[in-house]
Amino acid sequence: MTQTSMLRQITDFANRANPYPLYEELRKTPVLHEEEDGPYIISTYHDIEALLHDPRISSDESNVTVGGDDELSGPEATGLPPSFIRLDPPEHDRLRRIANSSFGPPHRPHRIDDMRGQLEEIITELIDGLGDAREIDLVDQVAYPFPVTVICRLLGVPREDEPRFRAWVDPIVAGLDPDSRTAAESQRTAQEARLQLGMYLNGLVEQRTKEPREDMLSDLVHSSGPDGAMTTMEVLSTAVLLLIAGHETTVNLITNGMLTLLRYPQYLERLRDDPGLSVRIVEELLRYEPPVQLLPQRTCIADLEVHGVTIPKGSRIWFVLAAGNRDPHRFTDPDRFDPDRQDIQHLGFGSGIHSCFGAPLARLEAQIALARLAGRLDNPRLVEDPPPYRPNAVLRGPRHLNISVDGIK
Amino acid sequence: MPPTDYLDWLRREGRIVVVGASLAGLRGAETLRAEGFGGELTMIGDEPYEPYDRPPLSKAVLLGRAAPHHTELPHRREIDAKWRLGVAATGLDIEARRVRLADGDEVEYDRLLIATGVRARPWPKEDEARLEGVFTLRTRDDAAALLRRLKAGPRRVFVIGAGFTGSEIASACREQGIPVTVAERAGAPLVGALGGVIGAVAAEMHRENGVDLRTGVMVTALEGDPVGRVRAVHLSDESIVEADVVIVSLGATRNTDWLTGSGLGAGPRGIACDAGCRAFDFRGIVTDDIFVAGDVARSPHALFGYQFLSLEHWGNAVAQAEIAAHNMISPSAERRPHLWVPAFWSSQFGVNIKSVGVPPMGEQIMITQGSLAERRFVGVYGHNGRTIAAVSFDNTRWLEFYQREIERGAPFPVEFPTVDRRPEGRVPVDSDFPDPALPTHGPMVTLSGYSPTDQQLVFHPARH
Repeated sequence: MTQTSMLRQITDFANRANPYPLYEELRKTPVLHEEEDGPYIISTYHDIEALLHDPRISSDESNVTVGGDDELSGPEATGLPPSFIRLDPPEHDRLRRIANSSFGPPHRPHRIDDMRGQLEEIITELIDGLGDAREIDLVDQVAYPFPVTVICRLLGVPREDEPRFRAWVDPIVAGLDPDSRTAAESQRTAQEARLQLGMYLNGLVEQRTKEPREDMLSDLVHSSGPDGAMTTMEVLSTAVLLLIAGHETTVNLITNGMLTLLRYPQYLERLRDDPGLSVRIVEELLRYEPPVQLLPQRTCIADLEVHGVTIPKGSRIWFVLAAGNRDPHRFTDPDRFDPDRQDIQHLGFGSGIHSCFGAPLARLEAQIALARLAGRLDNPRLVEDPPPYRPNAVLRGPRHLNISVDGIK
Repeated sequence: MPPTDYLDWLRREGRIVVVGASLAGLRGAETLRAEGFGGELTMIGDEPYEPYDRPPLSKAVLLGRAAPHHTELPHRREIDAKWRLGVAATGLDIEARRVRLADGDEVEYDRLLIATGVRARPWPKEDEARLEGVFTLRTRDDAAALLRRLKAGPRRVFVIGAGFTGSEIASACREQGIPVTVAERAGAPLVGALGGVIGAVAAEMHRENGVDLRTGVMVTALEGDPVGRVRAVHLSDESIVEADVVIVSLGATRNTDWLTGSGLGAGPRGIACDAGCRAFDFRGIVTDDIFVAGDVARSPHALFGYQFLSLEHWGNAVAQAEIAAHNMISPSAERRPHLWVPAFWSSQFGVNIKSVGVPPMGEQIMITQGSLAERRFVGVYGHNGRTIAAVSFDNTRWLEFYQREIERGAPFPVEFPTVDRRPEGRVPVDSDFPDPALPTHGPMVTLSGYSPTDQQLVFHPARH
């Protein structure tokens, strides 16, 4: 192939600021397979939607049979079993149900809504903390500390330990980046970090075993519903997942949100006058700039035919959610940011049994953060556009978002 | 007037009457307005209430989590209609294009949408049905009355019929600790809708939740006390169960009585219409100005051998009303067929049940995901070598896939592996539906006359 493959272009950092033209190109070949052991890339809305509900699609790494075995992927290698995001039913269902019994309906229907007051306090404190700065980094000063504080409180992880777990979270997140050139090594580092983070959390878990508190770690340790209890290892895997997924994605949602609102200031203005608009804005953001751009960890357990292409059993399959979200066969005028859109069934949280566990929390966090920022930042402007991005192609978002303001209200 | 001129006139200033002010009627009216109908719109409903939602009545309402009189359907838009609520339609004059009302009024129409739905089938013995403590459940008034009795702490509730509504009622009672007996003529609950294999799972759910489930029996009599309160239920196995609340849950009767003699193809099985929702008259000729939607309609579905399906499904009412309304004010080339794939859900004993397709058409079933014993599974029904339906217990999110399989006529048995395929699900088994060759009570049509020019169809109404 003379041209650089689409796969390389997607992972190429040079395209991070605006991958959407690439995605448009990608959709022209709905099932793209460029390299023998490479993934089958699915990019149109309806295909992604259909395959995310297809019971032949597996999230279990051990079902992958191509592309050289990764001797590090098994649980033996890390000592920490896969979390439910990397499992299939029935194990996935069981673990997710237990986790959910301390998070959402039917057992805890009010848990997230009851956090509204706390969320408002946390964001107010953070914005107050900006003082009379004229230039702020939205990521470091608000979009990152906000969800970190929230997930720490929800799980029961001491907020002051953030610098410690940060050192493990970064390599784990980097390991999700499917840049194949560095895959083997970053995988190894990620697995090691995951084990370290698990060991750190084990300390907290031991505490909670003796002295339960009002937090999710305690609930996970003491789960005793019809599905029985999680083993300690399962508790640790789940806690690692919730801690990381609980903030890494929301940082990007809030930052992408502010960036987009600064690019479309008419909506920032409307949001200032009507904080309720944040609900629509966040839904449209999840379509327009989804924090998880693609799902690179699926395979199939039988040969699948999609648009006349046979995807052999055991192949890697990528679902490019962000491409599906801009599919003109699904959304009219897909490249326009339009919070007034009525038809907004986006793929921002995925779909099917693995659809985002933390969605209700992420929505609330982003709604509150964006509404408060819109209300309190006086005349915010982007200092640079595009801003510098984080390297990750999967969890895509700005590393910094420098904004100049006339003051904080 | 040429047809296009007529349609323009109709859309601008015609008169459309919607008989039936529930889910289908409301969504139909909203669609008419959304698609630009600017004429006069009249909504006729026999209940005194604006359109409300019924599914909660046998679930959240009986549990006291929703108030029976606060399940109004949200409006999608203003419909600017003249409401005639609390007045039933009593007759239809097809030639004069007039609907007769119970109060003697008559309403003229240029286009008519019939969405009169169904009502609960009452206990056939009228004197027994009148006993205090005997209920049916279809309307919000029914639900309010039943709720009052359940709150008062009955000694035992007796549910006649273990279909979806009966099972949901039993579930709501058990959740509140009320003793319940359920009697079902078939071998298990839900057998008519889902077959015996799934029915056996439902039976376990009843029993595990403390329902006194009696299957293979019929209720022969309701016994009252001297002051006219129900006191006991007599069963065909000669047992007697004392109960102070009896809920008759024997399915529904279609509200077509008001059309008797109108000349429409209406009877106990509903009003026959084409896939475009236009009503047939009893001769089998399609009308141009009368449309049908919702539970009362019976229309052919291409995916299911063009069988005339009548579906008491919430989603069907919405989809069919939208199609009917669209077609009412569209030229024939722009009309759309009602091709909604049947789907329904139920929630009982803490389990979410959902189905797509037409399970009773399936002679065989196989469990493609999960397991019957765990009560979390997907079952797929097959008919003539193709996938015709699927049902899920606490596995709703997969059904979308199976709906597509049904739509594309996917082969049956299902050979491919799935992420949760168990050994028990590898071989199809008999889905165990009751024998369909039971006598029905449909209307009869006979032919009279000797030559093609004087041959006529004669319509004999059904004897209920």
